Amino acid sequence: MSSIHPSQGGKIDGPVLPHDSIEKGHHWRTKDDEFDAGKLGMWLFLGTEVLLFAGLFCGYAIMRMKYPEAFANGSHYLDWRWGALNTLVLLWSSYTIASAIRHTQLGNRGWATINLVITWFCALFFILIKFTFEYGPKWAEGKRPGVLFDYPYAQHSMEPMWWSLYYAATGIHASHVIIGMGLIGWLIYKNMRGWYGPKNYLAMENVGLYWHIVDLIWIFLFPLLYLIH
Amino acid sequence: MSSLDTHAGAAPQLGGDHHGSYLTSKGGLWADIANWATTVDHKKIGVMYLTALLILFFLGGVMALAVRFELLEPTRIIVNQAGETVTTGQRLAFLATDGATASNIYNRAMTLHGAIMTFMFIVPGIPASLGNFFLPLMIGAKDVAFPKLNLGSWYVYVFGSLFALASALVGGIDTGWTLYTPYSTMTDADHWRLVAMVMGVFIMGFASIMTGLNFVVTVHKLRAPGMGWFDMPLFVWAIYATAIIQVLATPVIGITTLMLIFERLFNFGLFDPRLGGDPVLFQHFFWFYSHPVVYIMILPAFGVISETITCHARKPIFGYKSVAFASLGIAAVSFIVWGHHMFTSQGELTAAIFSFLTFFVAVPTAIKVFNWIATLYKGSIVFNTPMLYTLGFLFLFTIGGLTGLPLATLSTDMHLHDSYYVVAHFHYVMFGGTVIALLAGMHHWWPKMFGKMYAERPAQLGFWLVFLGFNVTFFIQFIMGAHGMPRRYASYPDEYQWMHLISTVGSWMLLAGFLVHLFTFIHSLLQGKPAGANPWGGLTLEWHADSPPDEHNFAHEPIVKHGPYDYDTVVPPHCDPADYPLPENPHKH
Repeated sequence: MSSIHPSQGGKIDGPVLPHDSIEKGHHWRTKDDEFDAGKLGMWLFLGTEVLLFAGLFCGYAIMRMKYPEAFANGSHYLDWRWGALNTLVLLWSSYTIASAIRHTQLGNRGWATINLVITWFCALFFILIKFTFEYGPKWAEGKRPGVLFDYPYAQHSMEPMWWSLYYAATGIHASHVIIGMGLIGWLIYKNMRGWYGPKNYLAMENVGLYWHIVDLIWIFLFPLLYLIH
Repeated sequence: MSSLDTHAGAAPQLGGDHHGSYLTSKGGLWADIANWATTVDHKKIGVMYLTALLILFFLGGVMALAVRFELLEPTRIIVNQAGETVTTGQRLAFLATDGATASNIYNRAMTLHGAIMTFMFIVPGIPASLGNFFLPLMIGAKDVAFPKLNLGSWYVYVFGSLFALASALVGGIDTGWTLYTPYSTMTDADHWRLVAMVMGVFIMGFASIMTGLNFVVTVHKLRAPGMGWFDMPLFVWAIYATAIIQVLATPVIGITTLMLIFERLFNFGLFDPRLGGDPVLFQHFFWFYSHPVVYIMILPAFGVISETITCHARKPIFGYKSVAFASLGIAAVSFIVWGHHMFTSQGELTAAIFSFLTFFVAVPTAIKVFNWIATLYKGSIVFNTPMLYTLGFLFLFTIGGLTGLPLATLSTDMHLHDSYYVVAHFHYVMFGGTVIALLAGMHHWWPKMFGKMYAERPAQLGFWLVFLGFNVTFFIQFIMGAHGMPRRYASYPDEYQWMHLISTVGSWMLLAGFLVHLFTFIHSLLQGKPAGANPWGGLTLEWHADSPPDEHNFAHEPIVKHGPYDYDTVVPPHCDPADYPLPENPHKH
């Protein structure tokens, strides 16, 4: 950057980062309005996420009422320790992304990057656990959804239904985690180039909100699938 | 005197300021195409949506004509006077390929008509076209809150439509637009076209959410200085209520269509009774979205009517707040009435509760209709095309609304459900309501959108053809349905034939009406007279802008100093006070 922004307080040397000079969109009256609108839009989007998963939870509740034994059996096939570990991983990542936002507000760009990187690796860790220790072995044993079900020791004829709901709910959740990894990776890239700072952190805050809802949905999925029998 | 000063004394002129109108060419065809394809201007996106919607309306209309054509006479194998055995009806047989019968083709045409008209035309419909164009203008904003999301919404919509049209091109589906399981999970099992159609619906849901989310935030955050919530035009209120439903209902169809796709690909079993699932659960999921969605279809139409009726009767709206709150009330009630689509497949108590709740919809709706009629009282009604369509709306929508009550009543619904009575009721609300209001809005705002007037007399001829054609097509269907003609069938007993004949002739009148409108609109674009900034003497903010509006909408940010419907106290912008004399004592009625 060649120009010196007034916010540099007369300092001649030192780099001027892009976040200091980001203008508001032309159709906004003030930058605050733009910020509030971005937040409101994100909250509405979170509402749509809740309603999307509400459909799954509703299907789960109805089928559980119809076939309680099948669902109790299904729950026994899951190892609560992997679920609990993944819950801790996601909770920790929610803390680190919140921390990244706080560091950005305070202008600690380096610490923000470190926290974002930890969040990204937590997400990766979650996905790896899910695929290597849960989906992989279960799929190999024939514990699959619907017509693909091929587990010889099933004790209830409705166990394929349980696996359908298990794979649908955790699969759609996992796809959200993977999308989140893309978003957080993009934040890391932009943050390292200096796009976010105390005056410009809306994108980071919105991704943070998204990440919290991903966490929150897992917090409901974990007990429903792993803990209650 | 007009106290609103957006042009700081500048005389009204056509595109004469420093930005130029949004329609100004960027120099050369390719530059223009690139400019429109990447534009974030809500006006261009509105026009792009309108174009796409009208193309799909045309395709859906062709399907409807095909349906009516097949129903012209029943399918019979008879021996004629010469002793030959002949098959009557089967008029779509000429389209049949790969062993399909005319009845198969009929089922597909009927499904495509429903799927295209609901998911691709009427759901995005008024909000995405007129809403996109006029919502920011009416609240004095330069654009919607998230312009890039808005453009993205258009591309997602077109992308989703392509999935659905690809499905149609390889033969289409015959499940009916409601995609009821288990038929939709079992039929045509080794083909991808049903999955493509459902995928298209899933994708278009995102476009709907993007538009709704954008409009909610726009209304909250971008109103011009001086415009409180109760200074907003009622069109904005209606679009706002619609947008809330779009955001809250659409995710449910998202998960439903996703589960339907899983069901087809992996036999998930959730909706399949053979695997322990429940097909009625699919209906609950489907209608939890698709009932609120009929208010996504009709609420924007209410908004259009509130604008056209005040402007062309030159009267303040009667009961502003009750009209505004009725929009929100309808949006709220819309979420708790879905069960009335399953009266015959659920317990008696549940049915009674849903019946009771359904009657509540009639209350805010009737409030609106009474307010519009009271608005007309002692107004200076101008019988131009927008007003004719507005009056047509009041007439048709009232029939549509009142004929809904026997369907909400459990005892009469047992007789009427799944009959042509339902088809007639639905079309009186959706066509007589939404399409008629869209036409009212298109004629009302056409001069603003393109800066050209349309020819009034041919447009009025179009109105009469559409209005009479619609009634000829659909009124007889009430009688047909009450006499027991079930919906969706390709053939029928002989005694219904005269009614089907009338209905089909009506569909040709409708076609003629739409062709007249197509002609007037194209004629207007090519040879229309310049419209001037405010041809109707409107008071809402879009009439302060140029026609067609400047690229940034207003030369200066408007400051709102009068209400949207103060026709008895304010001279309209860009207008000669002599043309719009104010009542001497506006408060003496």
